[in-house]
Amino acid sequence: MSAVVEVRGLVKRFGLTTVLEGVDLDVAEHDVVCLIGASGSGKSTLLRCINGLEPTNSGTVVVNGRQVIQDDIKLNRLRRDVGIVFQAYNLFPHMTVLDNVTLAPRKVLHLSASDADARARPLLERIGLADKADEYPDRLSGGQQQRVAIVRALAMQPKLMLFDEITSALDPELVNEVLLMMRQLAEEGMTMIVATHEMGFARDVASKVCFLHEGKVLEEGPPSKIFSSPQNERTAEFLKRTLDAGRM
Amino acid sequence: MAALRASHTNNNFLVAFVVAFPLGVFALWFGRRAETRVVDRDGPEKDEQLARAARRVAVAGITLGAMLAIGLGIWSAWTGLEDVQEIFFSPEHLGDSAGLVSGWPASGPIFEGFLLNVKIFVVAEILVLVWALVVALVRDMPGRAAAPLRWLAIAYVDIFRGLPAIITIYLVMFGLPITQLPGMKEGEFFGPDASFLGFDQVEMLGIFALVLIYGAYVAEVYRSGIESVHWSQRAAAQGLGLSRGQSMRYVVVPQAVRRVIPPLMNDFIGLQKDTALLNIAGVFEGFAAASNYANNNFNLSSVTGLGICFIIITIPMTRLTDYLVKRGRQRTQAAFA
Repeated sequence: MSAVVEVRGLVKRFGLTTVLEGVDLDVAEHDVVCLIGASGSGKSTLLRCINGLEPTNSGTVVVNGRQVIQDDIKLNRLRRDVGIVFQAYNLFPHMTVLDNVTLAPRKVLHLSASDADARARPLLERIGLADKADEYPDRLSGGQQQRVAIVRALAMQPKLMLFDEITSALDPELVNEVLLMMRQLAEEGMTMIVATHEMGFARDVASKVCFLHEGKVLEEGPPSKIFSSPQNERTAEFLKRTLDAGRM
Repeated sequence: MAALRASHTNNNFLVAFVVAFPLGVFALWFGRRAETRVVDRDGPEKDEQLARAARRVAVAGITLGAMLAIGLGIWSAWTGLEDVQEIFFSPEHLGDSAGLVSGWPASGPIFEGFLLNVKIFVVAEILVLVWALVVALVRDMPGRAAAPLRWLAIAYVDIFRGLPAIITIYLVMFGLPITQLPGMKEGEFFGPDASFLGFDQVEMLGIFALVLIYGAYVAEVYRSGIESVHWSQRAAAQGLGLSRGQSMRYVVVPQAVRRVIPPLMNDFIGLQKDTALLNIAGVFEGFAAASNYANNNFNLSSVTGLGICFIIITIPMTRLTDYLVKRGRQRTQAAFA
């Protein structure tokens, strides 16, 4: 299995605050890697460094065999193959659902409008939102918006998907429809890196779980191992707190 | 004589007002007190309703009283008003200067002059929309290489936003034609024999000056719009593989422009009004024609008429944009569904 992502000694600072302190991460094809850890542990920043949305201070990030460096043209090329979905959906409010999904295929891959439509409609069909194609995002529920955001990323047919706490802003009853979609993606063999607080999802779906604490990967391994017998006491503490909060 | 009459009528008006106003205020206070008393005692529902009715009568009373006083004042000042009407709103001069007496389409000097104002601001507004966006985008360019361009944009905005419009217009329209700058010579774009869309050299320079002035304002309006679009929108666009330029063009700028339409309208109305300033440098637009007429006829109605023209064209445009903004919101936002 070939490596899709290879992170070595990644350091990221915001001013005087060090957010990532030498992170190593390997993601192979068809892996589902879940990043867990408290808020502020660096999960989101790590994801944003992987597709170059954040410039790094030192260390290397290699995605699909290309090193991520702050060069506009190279980054644009890289991001075609790396989809990212955000906590706050970030749909474009001035475009219909269909335009949201087809914008990048049309402008980046230079597909014709009809080809882009032909690519987008089955995806919307799959998430049961084909009838919302001409609606504007703000008229959809949070769960629907987040599923559209996933489909928007999928329309670029990426080799890797990054999910940045995508269920954290959703009402509890809407979380499942989004998690279900991610499960399906995982089953289809999509390579995914998922920053999440949904431990149930991580336990069931992840091929590897990484526990981040204060900018470092403190512990990583298969979920069965991490969740049942964590080696690091901080991991154990975090999992216990999460369990107490009823998030498991 | 007129002054005497005016002071006399003013007194009448004042007396009526001084008598009616305290009476109305007293009635209001009385009604309010009556109501509070009944409610405080927690009296029967019927009494409370009665007290409320009393207050409504008092409110209506004070309004009517004030209107009566004003009406009384106007009535007693009628002879003075006739002067006002003759000086500012003489039907004869209004019709004559606007050319409405000779039928439609009107062909009076004011109407023809105002038509030039309209032509000038339509062209200037289109140019401002484009030019200001260029300036705003330059100011937003990233990277060290673009720093000199950014400074240039900042300096431009600082200078032309700070200069009084009339000074810019004066310097541009009187100064540029006598320079040997490229474009100003015979046969060139801004030359003395120039003609563009039916504008002559003076008018073209006037449009140029207005675009310089309002480009600086509108660039700042655009910039505030661009900065008001949350950075996460850019992150989402670039995360999809769109380049920086594409993210701007398809995601940021369309949202920014929608947000700044109301302040943009403000600047456009300002621009429309400032076309009248061009008369200082010899553009024979509406105000030049109107003041010319006023001087010849010792009557200001032509200027009032022109003023009405300016008001009339801004109102429908404001209502139209309000309507378009509201409709856009209704289409895209759930809160209005």
